[in-house]
Amino acid sequence: MQKPHTFDRFLIQRLGISFISLVAALTMIPIIVVFGYIIFRGAPAISWQFLAAMPRDGMRAGGILPAIVGTFYLTLGTAVFSVPIGIAAAIYLSEYARENWITRLIRIAIINLAGIPSVVYGLFGLGLFVLFLKFGTSILSASLTLSIMTLPVIISAAEEALRAVPQSFRTVSISLGGTRWQTIRKIVLPQALPGIITGVILGLERAAGETAPILFTGAAFFLPHLPNSPLDATMALPYHLFVISTQVPGMPIQIQYGTALVLIVFVLGMNIAATVIRSRARAKRQW
Amino acid sequence: MRLNRFILVLLLALLAACGSSTTHSSSGSQTTAYIQNKGSDTIVNLALAWAEKYQSEHPDVSISVTGGGSGTGIAALLNKTVDIANASRQMQAEEIKQAKANGFDPVEFVIARDAIAVIVNPSNPVSQLTMQQISDIYSGKIDNWSQVGGENRPIVRLSREVNSGTHVYFRDTVIRLGDPKNKTLFATDTLLLPSSEGIISEIRQNPNAIGYDGLGYVPADLKKVAVARNAGGPYVLPSIATVNDKSYPIARDLYMYTAGQPTGAIKAYLDWIVSPEAQTIVANLGFVPIK
Amino acid sequence: MKKSLTWTETLITAVIKTCGYSAIVFVILIFFFLLREGVPTLAEVKLGELFSTRWYPIEAHYGILPLITGSVIVTVGAMLIAIPFGIGTAVFLSEIAPRWLREILKPLVELLGGLPSVVLGFLGILVLTPYLRILLNLPTGLTALAGALLLGGIAVPTTVSIAEDALDSVPQGYREGALALGATKWQTIWRVTLPAAKSGVLTALMLGIGRTIGETMAVMMVTGNAPVMAVKLSSIVSPVRTMTATIAAEMGEVANGSTYYHVLFFIGLVLFLISLVVNIIASSVVFKSKKRAERVLS
Repeated sequence: MQKPHTFDRFLIQRLGISFISLVAALTMIPIIVVFGYIIFRGAPAISWQFLAAMPRDGMRAGGILPAIVGTFYLTLGTAVFSVPIGIAAAIYLSEYARENWITRLIRIAIINLAGIPSVVYGLFGLGLFVLFLKFGTSILSASLTLSIMTLPVIISAAEEALRAVPQSFRTVSISLGGTRWQTIRKIVLPQALPGIITGVILGLERAAGETAPILFTGAAFFLPHLPNSPLDATMALPYHLFVISTQVPGMPIQIQYGTALVLIVFVLGMNIAATVIRSRARAKRQW
Repeated sequence: MRLNRFILVLLLALLAACGSSTTHSSSGSQTTAYIQNKGSDTIVNLALAWAEKYQSEHPDVSISVTGGGSGTGIAALLNKTVDIANASRQMQAEEIKQAKANGFDPVEFVIARDAIAVIVNPSNPVSQLTMQQISDIYSGKIDNWSQVGGENRPIVRLSREVNSGTHVYFRDTVIRLGDPKNKTLFATDTLLLPSSEGIISEIRQNPNAIGYDGLGYVPADLKKVAVARNAGGPYVLPSIATVNDKSYPIARDLYMYTAGQPTGAIKAYLDWIVSPEAQTIVANLGFVPIK
Repeated sequence: MKKSLTWTETLITAVIKTCGYSAIVFVILIFFFLLREGVPTLAEVKLGELFSTRWYPIEAHYGILPLITGSVIVTVGAMLIAIPFGIGTAVFLSEIAPRWLREILKPLVELLGGLPSVVLGFLGILVLTPYLRILLNLPTGLTALAGALLLGGIAVPTTVSIAEDALDSVPQGYREGALALGATKWQTIWRVTLPAAKSGVLTALMLGIGRTIGETMAVMMVTGNAPVMAVKLSSIVSPVRTMTATIAAEMGEVANGSTYYHVLFFIGLVLFLISLVVNIIASSVVFKSKKRAERVLS
């Protein structure tokens, strides 16, 4: 009487597990194919020339230096604004805030900032920084826009890292006479630093790859020289890829794939750096 | 600590980048005149070619070029955020009124001429269409290639975006057949692609597609349709000759606008643009020189 | 010395508190700005016109319904892909895969999450859309389906990541208890573990939806941007136009302060409100941490 029942269940299990494994494989395969394809078609374009020279001939030849430098400046600009504010906000939430309605409101606000579409950020940046504050289409406007977008990522990651530090660390420090800020600065923050850095890098990775927020706030189709000041507009890798794949006739396909490759290496390099920092920190953790 | 060293390396890399940027711009660090040029996507590659040539001859001038559509350029001119607006259509009455309200009179320069080619996939057997037929295709009255002498295939209509001067020009001249009272619109399922190149790449691989683009954007491997003004009339292919003798019905001027009369570096640049040297570049890129 | 210590301490504490409130300030600022620039639309465009079916803004046809349906159909399509693949992969990683495989695959999925959408759009126009046209014998490959496939690809890593964390948080005791009662591993997954992680999985889905609705570049490059009313089943294989692509494509053109300008901000406001609603739902369903669950068990 029991045997057919058992037979059924295990057969279902084997089928089910095979099915789920298939689903997972179907998810993984496109990922590998996408990366592999871009690497395969983009690698031939990569040379020192490509990375370090200015574009020529209507951007159909030469290099993509201004786009690379531009993305670098934008990422830096984003970090300058979002990192201090983000970490400070995380410290507030983790160390100072009480669980009242205002704190809950802050958390809701953070979740909402994280969910706002990137093009709405672009709209907001256009309205506030470019037009209202008259910063114009500039690295400054674009960085400010990107940093508000990056803020929730940094705050969430930093807060989680701070909370992970055991309460006993703080208790001991205070019992030895330290003030709250001294405790944070000398004990909690250093311990949480790897987690915070991971969050910062992941946040900046997203900022580096975004196109919509910089479309109206800082990106330029072509500039004859590298940007000299934060009030200059700039070329940037994601916008450059968009432009050369849709706006320029006769663009060699090699350059398009090469640019795509450079962009994903830049962005994913940050991703890998963050992962490495995270796992090494986990190994070295003192608790 | 390891982290400090890492940050140090990053800062050094940043300084290196700044250093390389100064060497790149040092050639222009004396009295650099900076010209901002924005607008039509039809003109953008021409503007870029001009900027490159001019800058190689005048290293003290720096020109940045951006696209976005004629509407974008004009809007930027009205907002006073660019020096020269590129437009593939003329400024409209409200835009001129807005300019006056913002304190200036826009000055118009014709910098080249352009034919709008109607293009189809090379495998499409249709080679000629009348203006009326093109208008009916785009307004949705004609849905299948067989209705104009082609195969039994659905027609996929490609167009530029609404902020494109090319779009507006095509609508007024072809779909509305030049009649200002005509209010026909594009069919709702017309694909509004954000760039000229998008139209080209779709037509290249889709035998159902029809599109329109400036002649300068149409590569040799796509098929241009010969257009006739009327059903009986001669079917004419777009070229420099047929634009200049006005036998090709879909041709237009290309413009650059400035806020008030230009002076200094901007004037010098515009003077150069209408010179024979710059107009050779026009012909090389597939547009029609103004002489 | 003690006095100066307290001084700096107070100053720093004040700065930290200000930064703490900054998130609220920014959300309110963004909302206020969208409101300020978007609400004049209601005065300048009749409500009936705004919700009509024709989007041709340069001649004052401001019907935003086609754009809304475009966004909806692409999002629905993307979720139909992201839900099975996302949850399936999460289940696989959390419950079925051996440890070593999980350590390899999980970072791989996160890698996909970091891929900029413009790169996916780029591959979309070069590889996906021609392929779709030929495979499904469509008039053109620039369709809502292409958009849904790409957005599904973008939503999957977010879904997998959060769902997998949720499944991981389910205490081992639940599974062991089920197995001890004679359930197979499979039955444990579907009748015990997954229901226990229900709120986390729902959060993952809601965040995936939020991400999908807000996506701009990939859809702008592959959906054809035709403002049709995407309400029939066949609309999934026809070109559509999303709200996000409309803003991105047209914002550059508008003169500051014109009706067209206000309408685009109004669309931005609509997007903001949609993401607000989705996020409120997501956060009200937020999953409790491992600690609280264990408190219940013990």
